[in-house]
Amino acid sequence: MSNAKPKVAFYWCSSCGGCEESIVDLAEDILKVVAAVDIVFWPVALDFKKKDVQAMPDGSIAVSFINGAIRLSEQEEMVKLLRKKSQLVVAHGSCSHLGGIPGLGNFWNRETIFRRAYLTTPSTDNPDKVVPLEKSVVDGKELTLPRFYDTVYALDQVIDVDYYLPGCAPPRDLILNAVTAILEGKLPPKGAVLSPNKSLCDDCERNETKPEKLTIKEIKRPWEVMLDPEKCFLAQGVICMGPATRTGCGERCIEANMPCRGCFGPTDQVYDQGGKFLSAFASILDTNDEKEIDKIVSTIVDPAGTFYRFSLPSSILRRKKLEAVR
Amino acid sequence: MSNGPFEPKLVGFLCNWCSYTGADLAGTARMTYAPNLRIIRVMCSGRVDPQFVLKAFAEGADGVLISGCHPGDCHYQEGNYKALRRAKLLSKMLEQFGIEKERFRLEWVSASEGVKFQHVCNEFTEQIRKLGPLNINQNGGNHEQRQA
Amino acid sequence: MTQRITIDPITRLEGHGKIEIFLDDKGDVDRAILQIPELRGFEQFAVGRPAEEMPRITPRICGVCPTAHHMASTKTLDAVFHVTPTPTARKLRELIYNAFMMEDHTLHFFFLGGPDFVVGPQAPAADRNILGVIGKVGLEIGGKVIKVRRECREIINYLAGKVIHPVCGLPGGVSKGLDEEHRVQFLETAKSAVEFAKFALQIFDDVVLKNKTYVDIIVGEAYKIKTYYMGLVDSKNKVTFYDGDIRVVTPKGEQFIKFKAHEYLQHIAEHVEPWTYIKFPFLKKVGWKGFTEGAESGVYRVAPLARLNASDGMATPLAQKEHDRMYEVLGGKPVHNTLAFHWARLIEALQATETMVQLLEDKSITDTNIRNIPTETPTEGVGIVEAPRGTLIHHYKTDGRGIIEEANLIVATVSNAAAINMSIEKAAKTFIKGGIVSEGLLNMAEMAFRPYDPCHACGTHALPGEMPLIINIYDRNRELVKQLKR
Repeated sequence: MSNAKPKVAFYWCSSCGGCEESIVDLAEDILKVVAAVDIVFWPVALDFKKKDVQAMPDGSIAVSFINGAIRLSEQEEMVKLLRKKSQLVVAHGSCSHLGGIPGLGNFWNRETIFRRAYLTTPSTDNPDKVVPLEKSVVDGKELTLPRFYDTVYALDQVIDVDYYLPGCAPPRDLILNAVTAILEGKLPPKGAVLSPNKSLCDDCERNETKPEKLTIKEIKRPWEVMLDPEKCFLAQGVICMGPATRTGCGERCIEANMPCRGCFGPTDQVYDQGGKFLSAFASILDTNDEKEIDKIVSTIVDPAGTFYRFSLPSSILRRKKLEAVR
Repeated sequence: MSNGPFEPKLVGFLCNWCSYTGADLAGTARMTYAPNLRIIRVMCSGRVDPQFVLKAFAEGADGVLISGCHPGDCHYQEGNYKALRRAKLLSKMLEQFGIEKERFRLEWVSASEGVKFQHVCNEFTEQIRKLGPLNINQNGGNHEQRQA
Repeated sequence: MTQRITIDPITRLEGHGKIEIFLDDKGDVDRAILQIPELRGFEQFAVGRPAEEMPRITPRICGVCPTAHHMASTKTLDAVFHVTPTPTARKLRELIYNAFMMEDHTLHFFFLGGPDFVVGPQAPAADRNILGVIGKVGLEIGGKVIKVRRECREIINYLAGKVIHPVCGLPGGVSKGLDEEHRVQFLETAKSAVEFAKFALQIFDDVVLKNKTYVDIIVGEAYKIKTYYMGLVDSKNKVTFYDGDIRVVTPKGEQFIKFKAHEYLQHIAEHVEPWTYIKFPFLKKVGWKGFTEGAESGVYRVAPLARLNASDGMATPLAQKEHDRMYEVLGGKPVHNTLAFHWARLIEALQATETMVQLLEDKSITDTNIRNIPTETPTEGVGIVEAPRGTLIHHYKTDGRGIIEEANLIVATVSNAAAINMSIEKAAKTFIKGGIVSEGLLNMAEMAFRPYDPCHACGTHALPGEMPLIINIYDRNRELVKQLKR
C-alpha cells in the first residue's frame, strides 16, 4: 500500500481569480507544496471535471480550498459535491469567508441587477428586451444557464466549513502557514480563522500616533485631503476599518497610504463587523450636541457600503430587504 | 397565513437607572399600555451595542426602541450621549438595509416618567402597526429559490 | 442524426465557460456556441458607493488584471472630479501600469498560451504547461521568468500597496510617491526586464517561427477571421496603454474612426443574447449583423494584435523593430490571424519594459507633488485604458457629493466575446467533419480561444496537469455514447 500524497482540490465560485493568483504568488515556494500533495481538481488549470469528483469516494480529498461567493446555482452544486468528497474544507479569501465584494449585490436582487446589465446601461442596445434565460433555444437547440440567485451567500451559509483563510486576496505568508499546518496536521480547533485574533491597530505602525483619547471632529473622505503618510487615519478624520478588522495582512494598504477597508473580517469576539465598527466610530465622534451629531453623520456618506464592504452576506441582516412583490 | 390583525413585535432596551424604573412606575401605577414591547434591561443606554439592534430585527422584531436617561442625567455621565451618536448613525445605516427610520427609536425616559413611558409604548406600537410587519426573512432573500 | 458535443468546463478562459457543438445529419458542425454562465452585477451594486471607492471595488472584477480596473477607475475619477493628475502622479501611474502589462503578458506567454508552441500543439497534454516549457528551454530560463515577474510585481506592490487589488489611485493623483533609493532599484529591474522581453521574442523566433508546422498553423484559414480592430493610440497614432484616443481600423486596415474617451457611447453598443450572461459589444456605425466577419459586420476585436493593427506602430524603438518584423513575416497590416495575438503580446511586453526604463531614468519621478486635490463638484466621467486583454471602459455618474448614481463598464474581454465565439465555430467547422471527433478536436478548440487570453485565464499553470477538457458525445436520445478525456 503506497504512502499516497494527500489529495487537494481548488475551486472558484463567484470569484475574480485573485485567490488563484495568490497561489501563483507563492512563486518558488509553490514547488515545495506541489511536491507534497496531489492536486486532483482545479478547473482553472487541470483536466478534471465534475464527473471525476463525483466518482471519488466520499472524504477522499484531504482538503478543498474554495474561493468565491455563492451567487449561482452551479456554484452551490459544486461546493456541496466538494464538501461530500473532502475531509476538510477551507474557505479561501474574503468572498467565501464573508461574501466579499460580490456581496455588495445584496443591496439589490436579480431583477435590479439584470435590468441594469441588460436593459438600462447606456451602451446596451436591446430593443427586444432580451435577458439571459435559464433555458433558451437557438436554431432549435436547447441551451441552459445556471440560475442567478437574488442573494449572495458566504460559503458557510451553504456548506459546513472547517477553516477560513481571510483576505482579499490572502497574503502569501498566511497561505503558506495554512498549507503547512494542514500538511503537518497541526491545526487549531475547527471553525478557526487562520490569522491572529487581534485587530489591525495592534500591528499597525501608525498606532503610536493615535492620541490618548481619539476623537473625530470632522470626517474627511480620502480624496478631499492630503493624507499624512505617518499618522493614524482615524486621527486624521479618515474612516479606517482597522479597529474592527482582524490583523495578518501586513497592513499593505496602510503602507500605500490608504485606509483599511476591512477585507480580513472581524476578530473572533465580534459577530457583525459593520455593526461593531459603527459602534466604535460613532462613539468617538467629538460632540454631544444633537444638531452637531446630525451634521457629522450627514457626512458619512455610505455607512452600510463602507462598514460592510466585504462582509455584507455574513452580517446579521445579510441583505437589504427585498421588495415585497416579485 | 394571517392570524388576525397584525400585532407588532417590538423590542426595547431600557437603561436600568432611568427608563426601566420609569417603565416599572407605569406598571405599578397600573397604567394601560400596549403589551407589544418586549423589554430588555441594560445598565445604560450606552451599553446597547448596535449589533443587538441588528439582531433584534434579524430575529423578527418589527421595531426596536432604546430608552435611556435624559442628556446630562446619565448614571455613568456620558453613556447616553454615546447611545445618541450611535443611534443617529445606525438609523441612517438601517435605511440602506430597507428598514424604515420609524422602526428604530431612541427615547429619553426618566425614572419618574411613567406617563411618558406609557405614551412612547402606545405611540410606537400604533406607528408600527400602521407601517406593517417588517418581514425581514433572515435567511436572506427568497431562499426557496435556491437548489435543494 | 443530430449529435451534440458539450465541452465543459472550458479552462483558461472566463473560468466558467462551456462550449456546445451541434452536428448536422452529415456529422459536420452546424453551430458551435460558447456560453458564459457567470455574472456578478458590478454595474448595479456600484450605485450608492462613494466614487473614490470605485478604484478599490472594481479591481475585484478580475484578480488577474486588477491594475487595469484600478487605473481605468482612477482615470474615471479624474474626469468625474474635473481634476488633472500632477505630472509626477501621471508618471507613477504609467510606471505601475507598464510594469503590470509586462508581468501579465509574461504570465500569459509562459504559463498559458506559450506552451502550445514551445512544447507543441501535438505534444502530450501533460507536457503543455510551464513545466513542459521549462523542460524544453531549461530550468535557468524558467527561473528567469518567475524572477522577472516577481520583480515587476514588487514595483506594483511598493507603489500601489497590493499587486492583487492595488489601492493607490485617487482623483488628481496617487497616494504614495517614489524615493530615490527605490527609483534606482526599480530601474535595474526595468533594464533586466527589457533584456528578458527581448529574450522572450528570441524564444518565439527560435521555437515558433523557425518551425514550419507552427507557421502553417498560424497563417492557416482555420484561425483567421477578418474584423475591425480597436486600440488606444497616442498623438502619433502609436500603441499606448495608459492614455490616448481610441482608434478603430477596418478589416482592410484603414482608419474607420478615432474618438476620445467621453465619446464612446456614440461608437460602441452592446448586444444581448438569451443563452449567455456576457454581452457582445459592436460598432454602432456598422451595426450588429450577428456573429459574422467582414466590413459589413460591427464585430470588432481588441487586445495585442488588434492594438497593433489599429496603430501606426509602437511607441518605443526596440518594440517598433519587432513590430515591423512581424508584419513583414505575416504579409502586411492588418493581420487577421488569431494566433498572431501571441506574437503581438510579446512585442507589447517589450514596449512596456522600454517605457518603464524611460520613466525611471527621469529623476523627476521622485518628486513629492503627487496629488492635486479636486475643487470642483463631481458630475460624470469616462476613463479608458488598454487592459492586457483589450480596451477597458469605466463610466460613472455621481451626485453632487460624489456618490455613484450610475455606472457603466465595458470590460476588455467582452469586446472579444463575439470574435471568440466566431473563432471557435470556425475552427470547429474546419476540423470536425463527418461526425469524426478526436483528440485533435480538443487541441483545436483550445487554440481558438487561448490567443485572446480571456480574462480569468489565471496564470496558475505552474503545475503539471492535463488540459482540462472533456468531450461528451450524445446520440439523439441524449444517451452518452462516448467520452473523450484529456
